[in-house]
Amino acid sequence: MNGNKRGFWRSPLRGPWFTSVLGLVLLIGLPVLFVTGLLSYAAYNPDLGRGNDHTPDRGILGFFLFPWPTSPHWLYRVTQGIHVIGGFVLIPVVLAKLWSVFPRLFQWPPVRSLTHALERGSLLLLVGATLFELVTGVLNTQLDYLFPGSFYRVHYYGAWVFFAALVVHVALRLGKLRRGLRDEGGEELRAPDPAPSTISRRGAVALVGAGSLTLFAVTAGQVTGGPLRRTALLAPHGGADPGPEQNGFQVNKTAAGRGIRAADTGEHWRLRLRGPGGDLALSRAELLELEQHTVRLPIDCVEGWSTGDQTWTGVRLKDLAALAGAEPDHMYVESLQRAGAFRQVWLRANQVRDGRSLLALGVNGAPLSKDHGFPARIVVPNNPGVHQTKWVERLTIGRPV
Amino acid sequence: MKLLLLLASFALTAYAGIRMLDGDWFLIALWVVGAAVAHDLLLIPLYAALDRGAQRVLGPGLINYVRVPAFLSGLLLLVFAPLILRGSAGYEPATLKSPDVFLGRWLLLTGVLFALSALVYAVRRSTGRPRSTSPER
Repeated sequence: MNGNKRGFWRSPLRGPWFTSVLGLVLLIGLPVLFVTGLLSYAAYNPDLGRGNDHTPDRGILGFFLFPWPTSPHWLYRVTQGIHVIGGFVLIPVVLAKLWSVFPRLFQWPPVRSLTHALERGSLLLLVGATLFELVTGVLNTQLDYLFPGSFYRVHYYGAWVFFAALVVHVALRLGKLRRGLRDEGGEELRAPDPAPSTISRRGAVALVGAGSLTLFAVTAGQVTGGPLRRTALLAPHGGADPGPEQNGFQVNKTAAGRGIRAADTGEHWRLRLRGPGGDLALSRAELLELEQHTVRLPIDCVEGWSTGDQTWTGVRLKDLAALAGAEPDHMYVESLQRAGAFRQVWLRANQVRDGRSLLALGVNGAPLSKDHGFPARIVVPNNPGVHQTKWVERLTIGRPV
Repeated sequence: MKLLLLLASFALTAYAGIRMLDGDWFLIALWVVGAAVAHDLLLIPLYAALDRGAQRVLGPGLINYVRVPAFLSGLLLLVFAPLILRGSAGYEPATLKSPDVFLGRWLLLTGVLFALSALVYAVRRSTGRPRSTSPER
């Protein structure tokens, strides 16, 4: 006996098997969230500097960065869909796992040795960081920015705090998990005097699974798009798609919300093109006279929703680079929008070179709606939505200083 | 060995943590610790108390027909509270979509879950096996 009031806890569900089954699901699921999160971080090409980089102090935590590819064009949609929908799906598993070990929070004596104290400190970090990551992620997808600080900063570094604690937990508990799956060991998890059973252990696991399935059912449609979007009943970008006045697909951030005035986008608008050949100013009519290309690409948001593939028409970025007298290289894109963390962004040379990368003027057979970026926006395959800059004002070909 | 692993882990935590807390460090730290404390001292006691109360009122024969839909409905409310309770001020201006639909949809889903549960109960009762508990573990 640990000398505490273990008898207070009476649920017959608690025990090594229940905890281990949930632990096994998290052992697979949480690293998937971590890795897809790192991929999303890389997708922003933060090493290109200002505009892309929301964590310039990352130091060694950027060791894995690599130039984000443009193919396959659905990659970000898949990885970020897994990240966000997977995060929703794991919430009941995390909650059930914490419930299953809850009495251990009150173990007595609370600290037996220095190592034990550090171990418990690490566990507090694991629980705190896991919940923090889930809460900030869930709030961010619902555009409810209650949490302090920039989402990119706290969610990214928070993930590393989580990861540091997870490694310790896995290393120290893996053997226990394996025994637990055979319902062996872990006596300290069991109630010494269990109450009569009201639900079987398998029933309880099934209930947690039903929770995951329910969350999946009401959110997954916002990634697939198409008719299935209507099934995403509680997802922020679920429900029906807008009509032709919005080009038939979801809006993220409106022109009015970003401070775009009608006068900025009217007939006086010019695309400023800057390269070694000097500066050019092109009207929308002049852009429409250049060779037009058509591509089918989705918009994929970091918040874990996507449009289906849309049919974009416009001028290839590499043709614009050539017009400015440059080989296709990095390109600095600036928007008319006066506010917002993404009003300017670097595109990498591989993105500019890709023949599917456009300065789009129209979509789905119509001019861009004002909320989809009229008079011109960027469309690059496999690019996070916030880098598909709308209301483009200036393109500069060159390298970050 | 264990101590070494812990220290290495804390080194990484410190490296990332300093960067995470850059800004309003107190509030951010409060959120991390607060998440664990709020979960452990509010959420768990709340649903444990609700479950015990429901068990007392409903008895072992009925409890799971309420527990299952209530759990699923509560989970949806917990996760989508900002939209359901219209707490997300940024939602409508950014998406041009009305947040007013979410409360109705959640209530609808809750109603469907309880109705399905009642249906299962009625069917089991009529076929002579209303108890949801099984003696084996």
